[in-house]
Amino acid sequence: MSISIEGITKHFGSFQALKDVSLDIPDGQLVGLLGPSGSGKTTLLRIIAGLETADGGRILFHGEDVTGLHVRERKVGFVFQHYALFRHMTVAQNVAFGLEVMPAKERPPAAEIRKRVDMLLEMVQLGQLADRFPAQLSGGQKQRIALARALSMKPQILLLDEPFGALDAKVRKDLRRWLRALHSEFHFTSVFVTHDQEEALELSDQVAVMSAGRIEQVDRPQQLYAEPSSQFVFDFLGHVNVFAGQQNGTLLNQDDAWVRLPVGAAERVGQTAQLYMRPHELTLQSAPAAHAHLPLCIESISLVGAEVRLELSARGWATAEHWEVGITHTQFNSWQPARGDHCFAVPRVAHVFQAEGQAPETIRWQSGELDDPAAMI
Amino acid sequence: MHERKTMRAGDQPWVKWSLIAMAFAVTMLMLVIPLVIIFKQAFAAGGANYWANLTDTYTMHAIGLTLLVAALTVPINLVFGVMLAWLVTRFDFPGRKVLITLIDIPFAVSPVVAGLLYLLLYGSNGWLGSWLMDQDVQLMFSWPGIVMVTVFVTCPFVARELIPLMQQQGREEEEAGVVLGATGWQLFRRITLPNIQWALLYGVVLTNARAVGEFGAVSVVSGNIRGETNTLSLHVELLYQDYNVVGAFASASLLAGIALITIVVKSFVEWRQARQRAPLDDQSDNR
Repeated sequence: MSISIEGITKHFGSFQALKDVSLDIPDGQLVGLLGPSGSGKTTLLRIIAGLETADGGRILFHGEDVTGLHVRERKVGFVFQHYALFRHMTVAQNVAFGLEVMPAKERPPAAEIRKRVDMLLEMVQLGQLADRFPAQLSGGQKQRIALARALSMKPQILLLDEPFGALDAKVRKDLRRWLRALHSEFHFTSVFVTHDQEEALELSDQVAVMSAGRIEQVDRPQQLYAEPSSQFVFDFLGHVNVFAGQQNGTLLNQDDAWVRLPVGAAERVGQTAQLYMRPHELTLQSAPAAHAHLPLCIESISLVGAEVRLELSARGWATAEHWEVGITHTQFNSWQPARGDHCFAVPRVAHVFQAEGQAPETIRWQSGELDDPAAMI
Repeated sequence: MHERKTMRAGDQPWVKWSLIAMAFAVTMLMLVIPLVIIFKQAFAAGGANYWANLTDTYTMHAIGLTLLVAALTVPINLVFGVMLAWLVTRFDFPGRKVLITLIDIPFAVSPVVAGLLYLLLYGSNGWLGSWLMDQDVQLMFSWPGIVMVTVFVTCPFVARELIPLMQQQGREEEEAGVVLGATGWQLFRRITLPNIQWALLYGVVLTNARAVGEFGAVSVVSGNIRGETNTLSLHVELLYQDYNVVGAFASASLLAGIALITIVVKSFVEWRQARQRAPLDDQSDNR
């Protein structure tokens, strides 16, 4: 069942939680709402479920307006951040609740309910815990019971609020894989809220990045990481190295550091511009390149992981945050850098922001413009 | 070998034992001895006399009136307390905090003052009372007045017990219920009530104890008419003023008996509540 969100606004007192939010979620997709706390993602999820009423805008399920429909009538599955299991009921009673409260005419007979509950508990692989109380379960088990309960009414829409937020890394990974499998098996449309970028990118078909009550960008995970449309998305997803300078023709300059933009880049005079570069879009050299003079000093070296991560501070110019560049272990072994050593960054690809709120211009330096291989580390 | 331990205040045995002795002495003097004396005095003239005193017409009437007041007050405040607690913990509205503060007024005001206020308002010369008089409705100096002031004095007990618990439990379970299709009544019956049942019972026990024993407010509005508006507490005073000491203590022993039963029930409910809260606390950790 597809979900359409049209121009939703919501105020809490004088605070505007959502500002004219629109989003289309095609049938059968798994969509992540990603954003920092206070960005309005949970409020949006609750409005889709009907637990919160919007001040303006419409919600449509499968093209049908459900804005005025009570939560009870929307028939969605909802998984709460802190599970919200009924603490005085056993696991089986929790899962059976939705079926038990159905009007007598529609309610399946008791034996049928018991069969459905057994089947749901088997599905979440917790059949042996049917008679336990929620307080006797671990966090991961509670979460799976919460999912079984949400699926008990065979919803076509499943909404999850920070589903794995409170669990440890290992359990989280298992549950993620398992939710993905469940999703492809039952083919419901799901929306989940998270502040964990890794979770959003790994789990979703599409990610909607939210900030301050607005959707900044909606895209497939690969696109989102490779082609962020705003500075916010750039900053929020993964690390980014920023060089802010004054542009003069093709030269971008700040104190001792400068970068010459490649041929074809938009030329401006006397304006500030910001260069955004992902760690993998840079290399490090012992001498400056012809097109970039970005002197850095090594602050720390982290050897754990697939590559060696270097944290660098600016030398003779200023950045708001340290730069981060990854080099291979082979490079590291031949170069043998130490803390306090000096080096130069050489960008191969960069994203230029001319002004706040504008889309970036992606620039690439041709191999001919890159420096002689002799200076490469 | 004795290991040296760090000493805190109270670690020395004499401090500990003298504190324990003092606590015991005060408890004996102020609580246990008076309680024993009540029963001793009540039976001073023998068991047959005790029984005769209790089965006296006026005493029987006082017992009946006291039970009636409790039987009306407890359900009224049970419903009122649950509604109020539900309202202030499940909805946000302007004036919510003020309402929570207002609930405490009966605790803050002396019961005698409460009685006087009701007398001024509903008495025959009162603001509403004179109009009611014209309609031939008399509230003061009759049993409805006694019920009214008792309801006033005891109304915070249930709400005060429920509000903190319901605030701590939050709305999530009820939200989960409504998403699954439960109606308002089903939510209350199957989710809210089981979660608050022990706190509710605790509030009821306290309400009942106070309703039975209330003296100050009731004495102002009752008019002390023997056989008509005399509750058990008022009856004790009346008998004592008649120099019928044994009779006064016989009636007092009934009130003391109710108090003892209340304490036993209260302890049991507290124990059940503690058991219910223990697993509730584990729930907050996330393994």
